[in-house]
Amino acid sequence: MHDAAITPDSNVTAVSAEIPPGFTEKVKVRNLDFFYGTSKALKAVSLPLYTNKVTAFIGPSGCGKSTLLRVLNRMYDLYPGQRAEGEVLLDGQNILDKTQDLNFLRARVGMVFQKPTPFPMTIYDNIAFGIRLYEKLPKSELDGRVQAALERSALWKEVKDKLNASGQSLSGGQQQRLCIARTVAARPEVILLDEPCSALDPISTARIEELIEELKADYTIAIVTHNMQQASRTSDYTAFMYLGELIEYGPTAQTFTNPRNSRTQDYITGRFG
Amino acid sequence: MPHIVTSFDDELQKLSALVVDMGATVGQQIEDAAEAFQDRNVILAERVVAADKTVDALQMRIEESVIAMIAKRQPLAIDLRETISTLKIATDLERMGDLAKNNAKRIIAMKEQAQPIGGSINLDALSQRVHEQVSRVMQAYARRNKELAREVWESDGAIDTMHTALFRELLTYMMEDPRSIRSCTHMLFCAKNLERIGDHATNIAENIHYVATGEFLSGDRPKGLNPSNIQPNTPED
Repeated sequence: MHDAAITPDSNVTAVSAEIPPGFTEKVKVRNLDFFYGTSKALKAVSLPLYTNKVTAFIGPSGCGKSTLLRVLNRMYDLYPGQRAEGEVLLDGQNILDKTQDLNFLRARVGMVFQKPTPFPMTIYDNIAFGIRLYEKLPKSELDGRVQAALERSALWKEVKDKLNASGQSLSGGQQQRLCIARTVAARPEVILLDEPCSALDPISTARIEELIEELKADYTIAIVTHNMQQASRTSDYTAFMYLGELIEYGPTAQTFTNPRNSRTQDYITGRFG
Repeated sequence: MPHIVTSFDDELQKLSALVVDMGATVGQQIEDAAEAFQDRNVILAERVVAADKTVDALQMRIEESVIAMIAKRQPLAIDLRETISTLKIATDLERMGDLAKNNAKRIIAMKEQAQPIGGSINLDALSQRVHEQVSRVMQAYARRNKELAREVWESDGAIDTMHTALFRELLTYMMEDPRSIRSCTHMLFCAKNLERIGDHATNIAENIHYVATGEFLSGDRPKGLNPSNIQPNTPED
């Protein structure tokens, strides 16, 4: 019934260039190649991230979805031998330009990782740290920003009486929300979430998903997940990647009920490999 | 391509086999009811009534399996379409079984009446046509064949037309001889039931098309005459 042989160079479902009415492209990835040394990890990837929408990236391990996320805030620049070719436009500006200010970029494009990574400092300082990097604020204003970030991340009620406790004393789910609060505190425009719930229990996962739903009112969000249900629950658009290629990109409801590409279908229904 | 988890494939196959069983049972009911009508065979009619329990039990098993599958497997894409459509197809089949049962009950009731008036009226052609429609839709199901499903979907109009013709004929009988009203009314309902069985077969065809393509059949389905405005045959006809 389905194609038995998987040939990554054929049958890539083209990404529609049409922007749905009322949507704007916060990020536009154009013909992006990425190399780890000589090995090519992304092949001519093109897709948009729409403003105030959640875009989910799915695909088997090694398909390039985390690599793509790492390009969006040039995380890869920290490693020698890694390079990107093509264009990534953030509000129309190519962030791959050599002239791009990386600190400024990473303030605009925040990232949360798979494992919660609180700094070994107090809950308060975990949030304040990022703000202090970019802004000099009086204590009272800083307090306000810390509280706002914790509130925005649905963590305030749980930690307001122990702001001086270590960030690492929190539960895994709380630590992850602390990391989201830290990201939010820097007032980014885009938030990248790389498997943010893979180490969390279902209740913490639900809290994060609730948070994603709330955050998209203010931010543009990209989430990498291995959990199909999570992708279908949280996202507006879904991108399926395989062996460094974008195989299919489209509205999430369509991807999970009637995908256009047989490889997408095989993957999301558990028929792959 | 099979699922990585082979037990999922086993479950889907079993589910599909239940639907095929259900379709076969309902098909038999329609066939038996037609024969019972033809021969005024009460024993056969009673068998049609009894078969309804089998159909209901199958529907319940299908529902339970689908609910368990959604809970256990969280099906997506074609698997999601398959499981949801199975649920809907089973509901249609159950209604078809009920309608066949209703016809069988009417055959029993008509037998108990003294005069076999309207005896020259023949439901056979309509029964046969409906039975054929049901067989074809179940073939389309077994093969998840979208072309065959569309053919079934498009050919329901012929059933409507036959039903309308019967309707008109029965009205004429009743006007000519009021003593025939009772049996003709039973026959009107029998014909209507058969027509509705055809409608359910059309629903099933739509679901098969959805499973196979992910898209709903749309556009104008060729429709037969609608009996709602029909006058009885007049001598000029």
